[in-house]
Amino acid sequence: MPKDSGIGASPKRREDQRFLTGNGNYTDDINLRGQAYVHFLRSDVAHGRITSIDTTAASAMPGVVRIFTGDDFEGVGGIPCGWQITDKHGEVMQEPAHPVLAQGKVRYVGDAIAAVVAETADQARDAAEAIELDIEELPAVINMKEAVKEGATKVHDDLTSNLCYDWGFVEENKPAVEEAFANAAHVTTLELVNNRLIANPMEPRVAVGDFNRSTGDSTLYTTSQNPHVIRLLMGAFVLGIPEHKLRVIAPDVGGGFGTKIFHYAEEAFCTFAAKALNRAVKWTSSRSEAFITDAHGRDHVSTIQLALDADNNFTALRTDTYANMGAYLSTFAPSVPTWLHGTLMAGNYKTPLIYVNVKAVFTNTVPVDAYRGAGRPEATYQLERVVDKAARELGVDPIALRRQNFITEFPYATPVAVEYDTGDYNATMDKLEEIADLKGFAARRAASEAKGKGRGLGVNCYIEACGIAPSNLVGQLGARAGLYESATVRVNATGGLVVMTGSHSHGQGHETSFPQVIADMIGIDESMVEIVHGDTANTPMGMGTYGSRSLAVGGSAMVRATEKIIAKAKKIAAHLMEAAEADIELKDGAFSVAGTDKSVAWGDVTLAAYVPHNYPLEDIEPGLEETAFYDPANFTYPSGAYACEVELDPETGKVSIERFAAADDFGNIVNPMIVDGQVHGGIGQGIGQALLEAAIYNEDGQLLSASYMDYAMPRADDLPFYQVDHSCQTPCTHNPLGVKGCGEAGAIGSPPAVVNAVVDALQSMGKDITHVDMPLSPARVWTAMNE
Amino acid sequence: MTKVSMTVNGKPASGEAEGRTLLSSFLREELELTGTHVGCDTSQCGACVVHVNGVAVKSCTMLAIEAEGAEVATIEGQAAADGTLNTVQQAFQDHHGLQCGFCTPGMVMSATALLKDNPKPSEQEIREYLEGNLCRCTGYHNIVKAIMAASGQDVSAIAAE
Repeated sequence: MPKDSGIGASPKRREDQRFLTGNGNYTDDINLRGQAYVHFLRSDVAHGRITSIDTTAASAMPGVVRIFTGDDFEGVGGIPCGWQITDKHGEVMQEPAHPVLAQGKVRYVGDAIAAVVAETADQARDAAEAIELDIEELPAVINMKEAVKEGATKVHDDLTSNLCYDWGFVEENKPAVEEAFANAAHVTTLELVNNRLIANPMEPRVAVGDFNRSTGDSTLYTTSQNPHVIRLLMGAFVLGIPEHKLRVIAPDVGGGFGTKIFHYAEEAFCTFAAKALNRAVKWTSSRSEAFITDAHGRDHVSTIQLALDADNNFTALRTDTYANMGAYLSTFAPSVPTWLHGTLMAGNYKTPLIYVNVKAVFTNTVPVDAYRGAGRPEATYQLERVVDKAARELGVDPIALRRQNFITEFPYATPVAVEYDTGDYNATMDKLEEIADLKGFAARRAASEAKGKGRGLGVNCYIEACGIAPSNLVGQLGARAGLYESATVRVNATGGLVVMTGSHSHGQGHETSFPQVIADMIGIDESMVEIVHGDTANTPMGMGTYGSRSLAVGGSAMVRATEKIIAKAKKIAAHLMEAAEADIELKDGAFSVAGTDKSVAWGDVTLAAYVPHNYPLEDIEPGLEETAFYDPANFTYPSGAYACEVELDPETGKVSIERFAAADDFGNIVNPMIVDGQVHGGIGQGIGQALLEAAIYNEDGQLLSASYMDYAMPRADDLPFYQVDHSCQTPCTHNPLGVKGCGEAGAIGSPPAVVNAVVDALQSMGKDITHVDMPLSPARVWTAMNE
Repeated sequence: MTKVSMTVNGKPASGEAEGRTLLSSFLREELELTGTHVGCDTSQCGACVVHVNGVAVKSCTMLAIEAEGAEVATIEGQAAADGTLNTVQQAFQDHHGLQCGFCTPGMVMSATALLKDNPKPSEQEIREYLEGNLCRCTGYHNIVKAIMAASGQDVSAIAAE
């Protein structure tokens, strides 16, 4: 029987009531008294020198309050990068300045040159059009391999080249890897592109800066996944506002997928301008603006090689990747192709020797940073495609080849610096074979072929490192921040709880799932627990939500704080019942003395904490409120196996997804309904990457796919119903909930399944095609078939 | 500025609009009905769908002055006064048909319009009808399922909740 409350149940989401009735409170719904509006004048060329900006006529336009340019930000800090990579020679990465408004040069289409603040948004836009601007256009640097050639035009004149870093991992392994390749019975090589994507949360970014002239405090309302991180980065590095004078609020946020992690110039501008003008300043991104200012994702060009011995055991793996950074380093950009990618190259396999090289490159394009999965999809895609290609070359069953090389004993230390605590890759593969009905594939293929269509089956595995991250480890790897999480649990006199968490929910349903955990621990009704998040003024310092970390790290902090609450409440209960503390048990919301019928209700204890008339004041303080910071001991390692079946129309090259199945191991599950929803959404985005989506720049640096007319977002009729299962559970061994995280799995595991399936279909149709780069649009597939 | 008057969710409403003011902006900024969302500027995403004289319309494709005298229904008018969700809204909650909630008002308004014209749509009919509504969170699985459920169809055979 499914449970109806607590851990493992699927209560209806409490946030839905406001979202379904139009009562959500998104940042663009916030309007402050006296608010002005800003419109940014943005570069329409990819690379150029600003020779003049004349704002005279624009300043005289109706409603204009003030026009800001780069000159107004001299002496103001630049947008900081939160991660520093050390390259294979022991040198730190090249790190360019990143001004709030362009200073001297523009470096991508969308780079902000001037900011017009006016009484209305329309007036600000009208005046921006009246700014007279002269830009001397320079050659655009777009192609990564061209960008790092000797003599290439430099994106940043003060750097030595366009190479941000040349990273080797693990550099000491390289000779042994080379030797293994020299001795291999078989080597499979694959060149592939991990297509550049745009996250496209449905809510565009918004920032409202406010300044309180009475207190001198600044407040920023922003569409962020991590308000404390924005407060720290913006306060300490850009504007010089101490954290106690700066409040950042991220209210209801309409999806993030990574792109709302980062600190953006518009946030700093609105906060800065609100103080300068002594009035609130609001910016609402249009979707067109979002395409050219939200950090993009992926954009890797890789060559991967797998070495096998005569028995088809994997003996070594090496991969060379060019990773696009765009024009500036976004908050976590340097970590994505390195520590979130290189460390995952072992995948589910016991390959003993691995070497990863990554060249990160500056180009005249929008900055690139984490997008759902961030590095792990790029690793998984390379690995699962090359394994599939190897199976085809060797004439062996791709599932059998995978199983033969699976890691089966845990903990397992990979040759790429991480240690998997638990997993059972055969179990998820078994489950996949069952739910995907792989036995029935041959009949389904025959049915497709009878209609004149091709049909393909693609299977793959994935592993990801989630629950980001152990602070001491990431510190050694170049992180400039800790990655713990926090929670304050405040118990009120009448027994209700408020949990203030540093995690942030922007679709994940924390307001529903987090109370399930607390209610279970105490034995009270979930409705007695309220979750507060998204406001630096009333939550403890937290690192926010990304990297599938909320429950594994934030939830663990919440558990630790609740354990402290229970420990103190037991002392109070012992006093009230005149019993020994060691004999007190908490069950179903009541404290009892073991072996007796003495009992006192949860509410009586909480009341005593705040009305301490009969209370052990000599031992403990009144009140019942505790804070915990939780820093994980390791990453968590969700894993799984995915299967995709496609039908391919040879006349048009159109691929349709006929079946999609996912068997995931997320460890313990708190809310199965929400977990399913997370997997569905991830698969939707992964299929989008595989079949539809691509951010395409032309050689002049113009983004050609800069609206929903041109960037193919997955729509309802592009996608099937998905078969998902998470009954295989090997709990995480190092966090108190045994949870691993589920937010990114779908986006990591699905692209290789789709591409493997399409290649399988093409092969079954007699085409000797071993790879087609994503997105597998009808044009690309048709061209591959008819070349 | 022109004074524009219309009936919104059964009540008279009026406000000031420029000639270029879109209905979506008028609803949000002038009438403070912020449940109607704006997710794009090319009339693709459908987050702003409302009903005008009983027909589903992307409110970003219509000028406010064109709605003079019209009957407009928005997401704010769909539940009962005490907050009780209507059938479509309830199905979205029951089947986890929303995550971040941003596309949801448009999805609910589109689904309501679909069910008015086609009380028992097939899965494929629903997917095709939602061509003009983008969702980035759900992969559409639970949205399609919710709409089928709202139309009274048995969805228990569709993969996991």
